[in-house]
Amino acid sequence: MTNSAKGESSRGNAKIRCRNYRRKILDISQKVSALHIAPAFSCTEIVDAIYNEVMRIGSQPETDDIFLMSKGHGCMIQYVILEERGVLSSQDLELYCKPAGRLGAHPDYGIPGIAASTGSLGHGLGIAVGQAYAEYLKGTSLRLFCVLSDGELQEGSTWEAMLMAGNLKLNNLVAVVDNNDFTGLERMSTGHPAFYPLIEKGQAFGWDVEEVNGHDSLELVTALKKLSDKPRLIIARTVKGKGVGFMESEPIWHYRSPSGTEYEQAIRELESDLS
Amino acid sequence: MRNRFAEVFYELGSQDSRICLIVADISPAGSIAKFRSEYPERFINTGVSEQIMIGMAAGMAQRGLRPFAYTIATFALYRPFEMVRDDLCYQNLPVTIVGIGGGVSYSTLGATHHAQEDVAIAMSIPNMNIIAPCDPSETAEATKWCATQNVGPVYLRLGKAGEPDLTSQAIDPWQFGKVRRIKRGTDVCILTYGVITKSAVELSNRLDAIGRSCCVTTVPTLKPLDREGIASVLSSFSDVVIIEECVSRALTMEVKALAFDCGSRCAIKSFSLKDEFIHIYGTHDDLLSAHGLSVETMFNVLKS
Repeated sequence: MTNSAKGESSRGNAKIRCRNYRRKILDISQKVSALHIAPAFSCTEIVDAIYNEVMRIGSQPETDDIFLMSKGHGCMIQYVILEERGVLSSQDLELYCKPAGRLGAHPDYGIPGIAASTGSLGHGLGIAVGQAYAEYLKGTSLRLFCVLSDGELQEGSTWEAMLMAGNLKLNNLVAVVDNNDFTGLERMSTGHPAFYPLIEKGQAFGWDVEEVNGHDSLELVTALKKLSDKPRLIIARTVKGKGVGFMESEPIWHYRSPSGTEYEQAIRELESDLS
Repeated sequence: MRNRFAEVFYELGSQDSRICLIVADISPAGSIAKFRSEYPERFINTGVSEQIMIGMAAGMAQRGLRPFAYTIATFALYRPFEMVRDDLCYQNLPVTIVGIGGGVSYSTLGATHHAQEDVAIAMSIPNMNIIAPCDPSETAEATKWCATQNVGPVYLRLGKAGEPDLTSQAIDPWQFGKVRRIKRGTDVCILTYGVITKSAVELSNRLDAIGRSCCVTTVPTLKPLDREGIASVLSSFSDVVIIEECVSRALTMEVKALAFDCGSRCAIKSFSLKDEFIHIYGTHDDLLSAHGLSVETMFNVLKS
């Protein structure tokens, strides 16, 4: 198989996986009133690429690569991938947000596969910097992947973490920004135009920055695998609510669960996109 | 206290490569400078950035290290408060936050530097442990405990420098989570902690001199509070005095609530910082006097 044929095949596999993940999240959405569906759909390909194509996970948890979901509200995609990998159980997903279960709408440290308790924005990257520095001190070769929302870059604490990662030249740290251009309330480029450009901001803080299409698995994997002597910042251009037309770039889907009719329409759209 | 902390930290850090110090542009000289030059990678200065100081400490602890985060008490606890709460306490990680200048010991720097409600705030966070040593020796004991514990986050509230020894003749040994008698007495018992213990000892001597035998019991661990130890004080003395260099929503309220809960009949008098910002500048004692915490004022209240 040629490289480009391999690439197309891998892209196709990722597409099927991501369709299934989105479908599973939609299924779960019918059991709860709210689950941050659009923020999970915007980073579906990102989290899929990290777990299924890039992370080195073996039998020794202390030397496995680390995934840290800084945008905690996007954790549904992490949950369904962890369930597929057998780290979480199907019962865990069944009992999502129920008193008898252990999974909530934000990740909780101590649950298998969860590297940090997030949910309040602007915490994850700082913790990731500490984890990455600890691994540097310990002399391990593991890499740490941290997924941030673009809204988190409005938190001053994220820039404190960006500065320290640059100062410490943490080349084992990869941060991926899910740049869907939306915060809870509004479009970033309209409401906060000074937010851009991002590439230059990242570079100025000592990071090796690359921008990719955040729904193109091949572009993501290529960028995620690249090594550098600096921390890597991947700005992934995404669409909030990606995969379901009526959810895309519509702020209400930041939090809401679809009704029964909306659910059926969403499933039809997902199926037709793959055909 | 600062210097004793630095000496003990250097000894511990030399023996245990998991121990790291993260500072936010404030660092003690002496032994810490030596630690920095000998183990440069385990001394991290985040600069004037307290949120990343706490965030990094959390991440390092999750990966097996034993970080201490060190700066002036107000900046260690207030500025990065949500990192303290979420990253350290919610995740229950063995990180020690060292707050220097607890209380109002930065007496000429204004209220931005006064940690006058730090203990009350820290007490209200689940999983948080709070230790406020009264002298260099308790500081040494507490630092050793912090470096080896597996309990969770600790707020280690220290003074500055030059605090006298108050515990070399103590009756009880220092123990995490336990009150400690440092001076015997039979009529009155003073419960106190931190730098102001010096005034408590002075006050107890004045009370002894007028025939009211006064015990001094320190409460070096404010959380978890030694309820049994305090209940025993409440049942053994007819008069109990609480002195704290903090607003009253800390030890004072805890002891009074405990007295109510256990049906104690002893008389309780308390002296704490007022619920007011301090706008005067002077010595540490000047500021304490302004809030009714001078030995003279307290003695006049108690002698009658």
